Amino acid sequence: MFGLEKRDTLLLGVVIVLTLFAPFILNPFPADSGLAQFNAGYPDLMQRFVIFGIFAIGFNILFGLTGYLSFGHAAFLGVGSYSAVWMFKLLSYNVVPALVLAVIMAGLFSALIGYISLRRSGIYFSILTLAFAQMSFNLAYSVLTPITNGETGLQIYTSDPQYLQSVDAPSFPNLFGAAMNSSTTLFFGGWTFTFSVGYYFCAVFLILAFYLAIRIFRSPFGMMLRAVKSNQQRMNYTGLNTRPYTLAAFVISGMYAGLAGGLLAAMDPLAGAERMQWTASGEVVLMTILGGAGTLIGPVLGAGFIKYFENIFAKINDNVLHGWFAFMPDGIEDAMVAIIHPFVGKGWHLTLGLLFMLVVIFLPGGLVEGGQRLGRVFRRRDKNAGSVEADAAQQRSEAAE
Amino acid sequence: MAILEVKNVGKRFGGLQALSDVNLSVAENSVHAIIGPNGAGKSTLLNCLVGKLIPDTGSVMFDGQSVLGRKPYEINQMGISRVFQTPEIFGDLTVMENMLIPCLAKRDGAFQLNGWSRVVGQRDMIDKAEEMLRDMRMIDKRHMPAASMSRGDKRRLEIAMCLAQDPRLLLLDEPTAGMARADTNNTIDLLKQIKDERDITIAIIEHDMHVVFSLAERITVLAQGTPLVEDTPDRIKGHPKVREAYLGESQDAA
Amino acid sequence: MDAILLQILNGLDKGSAYALIALGLTLIFGTLGVVNFAHGALFMIGAFCSVTLQRILTLSVETIDETKKDFLGNPLKVKTPYVEQWFGPETGQAIIDWSVPLAILFAIPVMLLIGFIMERGLIKHFYKRPHADQILVTFGLAIVLQEVVKYFYGANPIPTPAPEAFVGSFDFAPLLGLDTSLAYPYWRLVYFGFSTLIIAAVFAFLQFTTFGMVVRAGMADRETVGLLGIDIDRRFTIMFGIAAAVAGLAGVMYAPINSPNYHMGMDFLVLSFVVVVVGGMGSLPGAVLAGFLLGILESLASMNEIKSIIYGIDQIIIYVVAIVILLVRPRGLMGRRGVMEE
Repeated sequence: MFGLEKRDTLLLGVVIVLTLFAPFILNPFPADSGLAQFNAGYPDLMQRFVIFGIFAIGFNILFGLTGYLSFGHAAFLGVGSYSAVWMFKLLSYNVVPALVLAVIMAGLFSALIGYISLRRSGIYFSILTLAFAQMSFNLAYSVLTPITNGETGLQIYTSDPQYLQSVDAPSFPNLFGAAMNSSTTLFFGGWTFTFSVGYYFCAVFLILAFYLAIRIFRSPFGMMLRAVKSNQQRMNYTGLNTRPYTLAAFVISGMYAGLAGGLLAAMDPLAGAERMQWTASGEVVLMTILGGAGTLIGPVLGAGFIKYFENIFAKINDNVLHGWFAFMPDGIEDAMVAIIHPFVGKGWHLTLGLLFMLVVIFLPGGLVEGGQRLGRVFRRRDKNAGSVEADAAQQRSEAAE
Repeated sequence: MAILEVKNVGKRFGGLQALSDVNLSVAENSVHAIIGPNGAGKSTLLNCLVGKLIPDTGSVMFDGQSVLGRKPYEINQMGISRVFQTPEIFGDLTVMENMLIPCLAKRDGAFQLNGWSRVVGQRDMIDKAEEMLRDMRMIDKRHMPAASMSRGDKRRLEIAMCLAQDPRLLLLDEPTAGMARADTNNTIDLLKQIKDERDITIAIIEHDMHVVFSLAERITVLAQGTPLVEDTPDRIKGHPKVREAYLGESQDAA
Repeated sequence: MDAILLQILNGLDKGSAYALIALGLTLIFGTLGVVNFAHGALFMIGAFCSVTLQRILTLSVETIDETKKDFLGNPLKVKTPYVEQWFGPETGQAIIDWSVPLAILFAIPVMLLIGFIMERGLIKHFYKRPHADQILVTFGLAIVLQEVVKYFYGANPIPTPAPEAFVGSFDFAPLLGLDTSLAYPYWRLVYFGFSTLIIAAVFAFLQFTTFGMVVRAGMADRETVGLLGIDIDRRFTIMFGIAAAVAGLAGVMYAPINSPNYHMGMDFLVLSFVVVVVGGMGSLPGAVLAGFLLGILESLASMNEIKSIIYGIDQIIIYVVAIVILLVRPRGLMGRRGVMEE
């Protein structure tokens, strides 16, 4: 269906179902229960899931397939955000021109940076992207202040021209009238489900982005990208020019980043330079690897995982911990809280750093590899003897994922 | 008719003159071997032919066109395929994918942004790749990751990948290095078969004399960066200068 | 002219820090072949060694002095540091005053230990793994280290003053026969001198000891050294410890210049890598030279005269220089030909 093989259609279907039903799936706890704070089904968080999912999917096309580790992609996210806000300021709050410009500007910017950075490979490439990222960040903060408004960030003022903004259109980013921040809430039993226009708008883009990624992965172009990672020398001697392939992957991932940046601005019309720091690039690297670099679903899982825990873990404070361990004797309860305390709440980054290290050391394939290993444990219990065909098919499915 | 003409090629690295006055002529559809002791400059010469190095002097003409200054991928597109000392294949990809890539490179050129088409939809390429794998008796391994194969299989895969592009000239760099006798003989048979079945020129750098004398129609002996002798295998065999180059000055008393 | 001179001097302290961090990075990359993104964190930990010693030395016992009252009218709580109790008020105060230089003695074993644990526990497993993996795991480690420091010391910068004797500036102008004043803070001079001492010590060690010779051989050709049967593992550990100590010492003495905070490691990391690349990956003199050059360059670029020509150049000059060098001469200023060339 839609030119996909059965396995991929299934994967796409899963993603579609999950994103469409996310308001339900992410709000499993009744509104008044003690666990309600672990609900993730509110518009801001759900939007971040899918937006960073888009960012990570694009990054994965570069890093997962070609192996080129870029620390500069946050710059393209930033460019996307700034472009979108400028469209809001100049034309109107309609998101369409904003997103179009975001993707175009990010594409141009990444073409420039990619062209220069890809003249080297390996560590040199990574450091080049690092240098460009910091340079862009510094420029955004200082020299380019007329465009970026420096530290304050780019915002929309009532004095902005907005030439195409009609009087009765919403004063908020909207899709031909449907404002991104409007939502309806469904109260059902003890549960609350929020359906936001902005979220579903972003979710559609996630589905499209994911579909495009599948097409790229399964295409000859995608195969060539994987060949770059596998053996660039052999590629060169087989008549293939690797430079345009890596540049194309770089620009494609840059445009994905630009789209994500534009969507961020569409949900919250503000653009700041801190989004362009190299440590922000580090975040998407984390997401992709945590989920599983080089796989289709990996980056989405990684983005969801990190964004969820970033918001939920950060809420676990000492009171919550005491609530959990209340059933224990006082001394042990306090000890447990004291042990766990540094790793939750504001210590979220510590846990993330440790988790990341563990993944890189032990499970380089991320969550996807973890899932596959678990699956193999169960499958081995079912099948007694694995034939060569089954093992080959297993390897093929792993290679194809 | 010479398909490869090397004239007056010289190459210097700092204080070392790696190649000097190299003149070499490889006739079309022949098997030409380049031999010589270690340090003779064989690898340097090969690198000058495939675009990895640019000679300081001289010219290299392939089929009438200069090769100098061109990138390796351009030279490949001209019709030269290269087999490496250690088999260079795409280890992470399946055997089938390894075969598809040279086929696609031949059909689509050095770069093609076909991100929307599907690999499984390239029926003509898949058929061709499968046919070559069948010839090499590797068809049942087509879904295996290439890195998991034995070294001998990797070598055969690499040769198959080169042949998939119908090259005019196949360059082999010590293809039997580190191989056991059985594998070496298999490689010799394979190359003989290729020679018989196709219009192809083979140039081979080799140390193993058994391989050289089984296959070569002409042999060039390189020593200290310059050709010593070039002749038919029979006349090379007993040549005193060749022996001297390999073994050093003749010993008077022993 | 004197303004330029002043800026050159100004660039020396940051340049010294860059040079020392880059030196450690190059040692680790040249001998172990590891790209260490956690090196900035080691610099940060060194700075916090100063903070820690200061805190230890000012651990006080609290007594109530009934005779005096504080601004609320309650009996005055007097905090007397233990060192003052033990050594007398004058000596005690002197010890606390000199806590930053004293931290050198404190930091050396601490940094060696941390380096030892890092190498044995983590880095050695990544010798054979691709550079991308090394970058990623050390990046994760850097995050963990900075979060740990943030947990124990808070998120705010902690002022760590230099000893009283070094507060104030030295006027260079009379020395050079100039009319205007050319004031340069004493402590920065000390820092510069300290850095050159460490750099000299490292080079002397490499040049004049057998161990150093093995290390230099390993940097030139790691494989052969291993094949010669030299126990390279133990030397790797020691090398890493030394590199960590160098970075840590750079941090210890930097504390008065810039109040230590938990993310100073990351701040210095990017530029340190830029320095290493400009100097030539694998070249120790290159790293030192590039460190000082880039520090001075950054300082010169921040001069008002230059800024008026190209606004904001100080922000980007280092990156522009690095990018140009990476493209034009990938082996850097002093790198060996063929090291990571494409």
